[in-house]
Parts: sequence; structure tokens; C-alpha cells
Amino acid sequence: MSALEILLTTIGMGLITLACRAFFLFPKEDLPMPHWLREGLRYAPIAALAAVVAPELVLTQGQLIDTWRDARIFGALAGLGFYAWRRSLFGTIVCGTGVMLGLRFGLGW
Amino acid sequence: MAIARRPMFREGAFEAMPMAFGLAAWGLVAGVAMAKSGMGVPLAILMSLTVYAGSAQIAALPLISSGAPVWVVWATTLCVCLRFMAFSFHYRPYFAHLPRRQRVALSFLMGDTTFALFIRRFPEPVPGPAYEDYFLGTSLVTYGVWQLAIIVGIVAGAGIPASWGLGFAGTMALLALTCTQLRNPITWVAAVVAACAAVAAYALPLKLNILVAIAAAVAVGVLADRAQAFRGGARP
Repeated sequence: MSALEILLTTIGMGLITLACRAFFLFPKEDLPMPHWLREGLRYAPIAALAAVVAPELVLTQGQLIDTWRDARIFGALAGLGFYAWRRSLFGTIVCGTGVMLGLRFGLGW
Repeated sequence: MAIARRPMFREGAFEAMPMAFGLAAWGLVAGVAMAKSGMGVPLAILMSLTVYAGSAQIAALPLISSGAPVWVVWATTLCVCLRFMAFSFHYRPYFAHLPRRQRVALSFLMGDTTFALFIRRFPEPVPGPAYEDYFLGTSLVTYGVWQLAIIVGIVAGAGIPASWGLGFAGTMALLALTCTQLRNPITWVAAVVAACAAVAAYALPLKLNILVAIAAAVAVGVLADRAQAFRGGARP
């Protein structure tokens, strides 16, 4: 793509993301919505987060990992364990990343 | 600015700080990826400042460098950003009293981190608290840290090797945020269903796997709610 095309693409991307973000905040009145969907949408944010995280943990180049010796799995488990123990966001990040880096550089996983 | 002295703003800014570590590492990785895509420093910074959606930017990069049609880039952006619509839906009762201009301005700052922090802090939209102050506190800290990190990544570029695994800190941040949203057994089921669906459907084009995962989790959530109501159970 040329620089001009990338610029136009970027502007479009900005408008699309803003439209998604403002979708339910822009209208004056509540948008009509069936009750079941209103209830079901309560599960959408956690689903979105899980959907972004899971492939990062168990896929390599789009393929499911075929070995248990993957530093990411143990890093994630350590992070989950720390969260269950202390409910600390910062601790979860540091503990999970630390274990992952330790295994990757210490054991070469 | 006067707003920086408001208690809710300070509380929000303070609670966003622990996430800064994960955000900064992830922003750095995103910045490096943008630098390596060959789109040039000014455009990369412009994209980061205006789009402000890490996953959408990273998904768009290979498409832009391989010269994919513009509509493919935009469709991918839409699929990755549909989750913001869910956030938008949840924020509405908290912000409905504000003028439209302000609602749209707040929308621009929405993100995964700020949403999870917000819902953890305010599970129900009871009238009273200055929600917008708390939101601005978390969001401005998040925006600042993210942009700083991504711009450093864009400028430093290849000086930061991918093998450091810095991006993993960002994944851990999102994992921690996912945990904060586990309120009851049905949310556990929804999260597991979404995770499995996102992995199983990963090969779909346009990052549709995220959409498939959300749809599956919402469907399972609705069914589980119905099943619970049918049994007359009133679990929390």
C-alpha cells in the first residue's frame, strides 16, 4: 500500500473502532432489544477477554501446541494461581510473566 | 486541570496504575510490530493515536504490509472491535445522563483494561457516584501509558527482539482482567466456552473467531440462565 492508502485505511479504522465504542452511547434513547439478548450480553465482555487470551496461550503460528513443555502454559497457570491466592492484578502479571521468562531462558522451553 | 483533584478521578487513576506494567510491555511489542511492518514512523504513530485498539492494529499490520484490499482491513478491524460494542452496552446506564458529545468523547477512551476495572469497582449502575470521573481517571492513565509505550516501540523498532516475550505480560494482564469478571458459575462456563471456541475457530478469516466465541458464550449464558430460572433456583 502507498502512504496515502495507509492513511485512508487508518482513518477508516479509527472511525470503525469509534463507531463500535459509541454504538450504545450515541443514541438518545435506549435501543430496543429483546430481553434474552439484554441478559445474554452480560456474558459478552468476559467472553471477549477469554477469546483474546486463549489463542495467545495455546496456539503457535495458528497451530495447537503439541507439547506440555511450553513456558506460556505454566506462566498462565502460575498467574491464575497467584490471582486465586491474592486477587492482585499486578501480582498476577508479574508472577505469570516471571515464570514464563524463567522457563524460557532457564530451561529453553 | 481541576478534574485531577476530584476524588473519583484520583481513585480511578490510582487503580489503573498496577495494570501499567502489562500495558507498557504489550504496547512496546505492538509498537515494534508496527515499526517492522514498514509503514513508516509518522503513520504508525498516527494509527496508534487515532485507532487506539492494540489488537485491531496488530491484526491489521500483516494485511497492510501484504497489500490486502482496504475492505479486508476494515472488516477485520470491525470483527476485532465488536467487543467494544458490548462494553458500550454495559456503560450506557452509567453514562446515559451525560450530554451526547461527552458520551462520544468518553467512548473514544474505552478499552479492555478500563472496562474490567470499572465493572469490578461498580458492578451495578446505582445513581450517585461520579462514574465519569473514575472512568476518566483510569482511561487517561491507560491511554498515556499505552501511547508512550507504543511510540517508544515504534521508534526503537528492531532494537527490541521479539524473543524477550514481552507481549506475554500483556496477555497476563488480560488474563488477570478475565479473572476479575468471574462473578458466578455461569460466567465461568461462558469464559471456558469462549476460550475453546476462539481456539477452535482460529483458522477463520477476518478474526471472526472472536465473534464466534462471543456468540457461543452469550448463547450458553442465556441457556444457563433459562435453565436456572426453570428449576426455580435463585443462585447468586
